Amino acid sequence: MNRSRPLRQRHLFLSLLGLLTFLASSGAAVRGRSASTDRWSEQERALLRSLTLSSLGPLPADPSNRYADDSLAARLGRRLFFDERLSSTGTVSCASCHMPDRQFQDDRALAHGVGLTSRRTMPIAGTAYSPWQFWDGRADSQWAQALGPLESAVEHGGDRTQYLHLIASDYRREYELIFGRLPRLDGLPAHAGPVADSVRAVAWRRIAPVRQEDITRVYANIGKAIAAYERRLGFAPSRFDQYVAAELAGERPTAASAFSADEEAGLRLFIGKARCANCHNGALLTDNSFHNTGVGLPGVALPPDRGRATGVRQALASEFACTGRYSDAGPDDCAELRFATVDGEELVRAYKTPSLRNVAERAPYMHAGQIATLEDVVDHYSRAPEAPAGHSELQPLRLTTMERSQLVAFLRTLSGPLVGPLAPPAGR
Amino acid sequence: MRNVACTIAGSKSPAVRINRRRSTQLGTMMLPAVGLLTGCMLFTRPPADIDYARTRSSASGVYHATIHPDGDSIPQGRLQRWTLHLETADGTPVDRARIEVGGGMPQHGHGLPTRPRVTRPLGAGNHLVEGLKFNMGGWWVVTFRVESAAGTDSLVFNVKL
Repeated sequence: MNRSRPLRQRHLFLSLLGLLTFLASSGAAVRGRSASTDRWSEQERALLRSLTLSSLGPLPADPSNRYADDSLAARLGRRLFFDERLSSTGTVSCASCHMPDRQFQDDRALAHGVGLTSRRTMPIAGTAYSPWQFWDGRADSQWAQALGPLESAVEHGGDRTQYLHLIASDYRREYELIFGRLPRLDGLPAHAGPVADSVRAVAWRRIAPVRQEDITRVYANIGKAIAAYERRLGFAPSRFDQYVAAELAGERPTAASAFSADEEAGLRLFIGKARCANCHNGALLTDNSFHNTGVGLPGVALPPDRGRATGVRQALASEFACTGRYSDAGPDDCAELRFATVDGEELVRAYKTPSLRNVAERAPYMHAGQIATLEDVVDHYSRAPEAPAGHSELQPLRLTTMERSQLVAFLRTLSGPLVGPLAPPAGR
Repeated sequence: MRNVACTIAGSKSPAVRINRRRSTQLGTMMLPAVGLLTGCMLFTRPPADIDYARTRSSASGVYHATIHPDGDSIPQGRLQRWTLHLETADGTPVDRARIEVGGGMPQHGHGLPTRPRVTRPLGAGNHLVEGLKFNMGGWWVVTFRVESAAGTDSLVFNVKL
């Protein structure tokens, strides 16, 4: 009996020791997990969630394009997107600059079509979510956007009757299945359109207005088919999306979701001191608006560029606008256009906030490729130079060298695969 | 000019003063200030004492107004329609009025990204406001300059996203 008491005490002591050890270790585990979940405040967690693809929402309808979700139109649009015959030289397709294996851009400072353009090629994935297209928002839909380059003298360089003849000879069946009968072709010149080239412009003016309208309707339908294709191009989750998902769920990071200390510090700067998320907000990391950020003039001589100040007026005047005769929208469907800001100093050299998804995969940067590397972009925002015209919205951030490199490290986590029909159609 | 304007906006008080004084002077000063301050992104937290009430009196007390956004929370980056309910100080609904809509982000020094308008009166003092959009998170102001038989006065609403 007497010997059993010390034994029981020893058992009790060992049990208590075991319990304490267990509590200590489980406490460490709890602390470890809460250290993970406590890294971000509730407000920061809400902001982080808003920046991930899980917050993107469904593809918005395009009431101006009744074929936007027509799979036959998307199939035709995909073929047209990759068809180099849609150009004056037979060598330039949409995919020549919007290269599917390069984020639908071309790695060049200024796009090269049949000539040299004055702007950087913009990527396409996710643009169905944007009410404005082009750097200056001079088109208010994907289909209106697609029609700009097709008859630009330096991009595709083609014209409306040329494209009508091509549709009639090579795409008639597919086209008529979707859009109805093509107009008659008799007496139409091989080349005519409201383009810069004076010979083709004169030929266009000689065509009766009623036939011009029929031709232009086919032209608009080409844009609508291409838009039906482009709207299927989107983003799959990046490492950033996976990191935030794990953080919000309080899960241990996996190899796919783990952030380095620099990447995490960069994210904190992105939503904090560096204020990137002011404009690069939402799941596509853009506010779809226009800002003058003091980007300098390009190194080559280009025509004066007033950005949104010119672009918004072009959008309003476009025959392919939401409110135009080739649009399928009802009178209440064009609110972005009706309520667009059309004047003011804020629009001068203001350019569209680009999505930052896959930003590390597509140097150079800015609307004319003025900045070569991500490091230099971050340096630009840190210095906040004066704008060459208008007023820059930036204020100097005075980021340290380490902070700048942390931001760049974070920006690289925004890369992920594209989704959708990326490749050229089979049998091409 | 930019530095002076930045200093004014950064003094933490202009929009707060708008709310406290409710003066015509501030109602009229705020809009040009928002317009002039382009370029001064002052990334400070909003002052703690901002009143986000959706019912307010106008600067000189001529009007009493309530904004009715579509829902409880105001979405970011999407065009919105609001209803503005407008009464005179004695509670008479105001249907015939000329109303100008404005606003911006006082701490960023920029205006609204769109050009919202009152598109039609809905009766019983209600007016449809279309084209409002807030493209960033944070503190915004939305202003209404109202002209009617009762007089001319300005309303300032604070909005938080």
